[in-house]
Amino acid sequence: MNRISNWTQDDLRKDVPTFAPGDTVNVWVRVVEGDKERLQAFQGTVIGRRGGGLDESVTVRKISMGVGVERIFPLQSPTIAKIEVLRRGHVRRAKLTYLRALKGKKARIREKTRTVSSGPASATAKASVSSDSAE
Amino acid sequence: MIGLIGKKLGMTRIFDEKGNMIPVTVIELGPNPITNLRTDETHGYTATCLGFEQKREKLVKRAQKGHYAKLGLPAPRIEREIRDMRLEGKRIGDTLKCSLFSAGDKIKVSGVSKGKGYAGVIRRHHFAGPVGTHGTHEFFRHGGAIGAHTFPGRVWKGLRMAGQMGAEQVTVAGLTVVRVDADANLIMVKGAIPGPAKSIVLVRKS
Repeated sequence: MNRISNWTQDDLRKDVPTFAPGDTVNVWVRVVEGDKERLQAFQGTVIGRRGGGLDESVTVRKISMGVGVERIFPLQSPTIAKIEVLRRGHVRRAKLTYLRALKGKKARIREKTRTVSSGPASATAKASVSSDSAE
Repeated sequence: MIGLIGKKLGMTRIFDEKGNMIPVTVIELGPNPITNLRTDETHGYTATCLGFEQKREKLVKRAQKGHYAKLGLPAPRIEREIRDMRLEGKRIGDTLKCSLFSAGDKIKVSGVSKGKGYAGVIRRHHFAGPVGTHGTHEFFRHGGAIGAHTFPGRVWKGLRMAGQMGAEQVTVAGLTVVRVDADANLIMVKGAIPGPAKSIVLVRKS
C-alpha cells in the first residue's frame, strides 16, 4: 500500500481536524440543488472511523426526532465543506456500536478532561505535548 | 497494439473536481525492456517481446544468461509477447516506460483472476438450487438432472457442473487511464482489474 499512499499524498486534505470516536462533531456537507449550492449540517457523535488515507471514512450518529440516524462520510471528499469538533468524549472503544442499543441518559459519553496535560510529572509532560496538539 | 507488463498494486479512490468519487486501481507498469522482436519475414507474424522485473541470478539458465548478456540486459523475471506491436525506432534492448500511456486512454487489462477453488453449481453458475422443503432431504445444493435416458444416452457436452472456479485468464476491456506517473512507473485505472494484488497483468491499448 505504501507506493499507493505515497502517490496520493497530495490528494489528501490538509484541513481535516483531529478527532476520535466519542467526540461530538458538526459536519458541513455541500448540497447541490439544481444550480444552487448550500451547506447542510449534520451534528452527532463519532462512533467510528475506518480506512486510511483517501479511503478513510467516519460514521456519525445522532438522534433525530427520537430516531437514531447514522451517516457515513468519506473524510477526504470535497463534498465535506468543514468539520467542527464541538466536544471531546472519553470512551474506551474504537467503535461505539454499543450506543445503538442505548438511549437517553445511558447513551451519554463522559467529556474528556485535560488530566494529562495538567500533570506536573515529567513523565506525563511528554504525553501532554501530543494530547495538546491533538486538541 | 501497444501493451506493457505490469503488477497490480491495489485499489484506492480519488475525487474529481465535482466531488465524485472514482474507484481506481494502481498498477506498477514497466519499465519493460524489449527482449525480442518477431517479424513477418522470419516468424510469420509481428510481435514485441517484453521483460518485466529481474530474475535472481541463481535462477537464470545458462542459455538465457548468454542471450541476455548479448543484449546487455539483466534477465527478466516475467517475459511476455505482445502481438501486432511494433514501435517505430525501438530496437531490442530499448526500455519502454508507462509514459506510452496518458490520462484518458482507453485500455484493456488481462490477468489471472482470483482462484475460488472447486465450487458447486450454485456459486459457479448461479443455479437456483432445488426446493428446500416439500420432503427434500440430502439434496440441497445440487444441480438437478443432467440428462435424459436412452436418448441421448450420454450427458451433453458443455453442461454446466461443479468444478474449478476462478484462477483463469480474464480480460477487462473499456477501462480508462486516470493518471500516470512516469517517474514512479505507476498508472491509475478507473475501476477494478482481474486478480489479487501483486499479480502480473498485461495492459494494452484498445
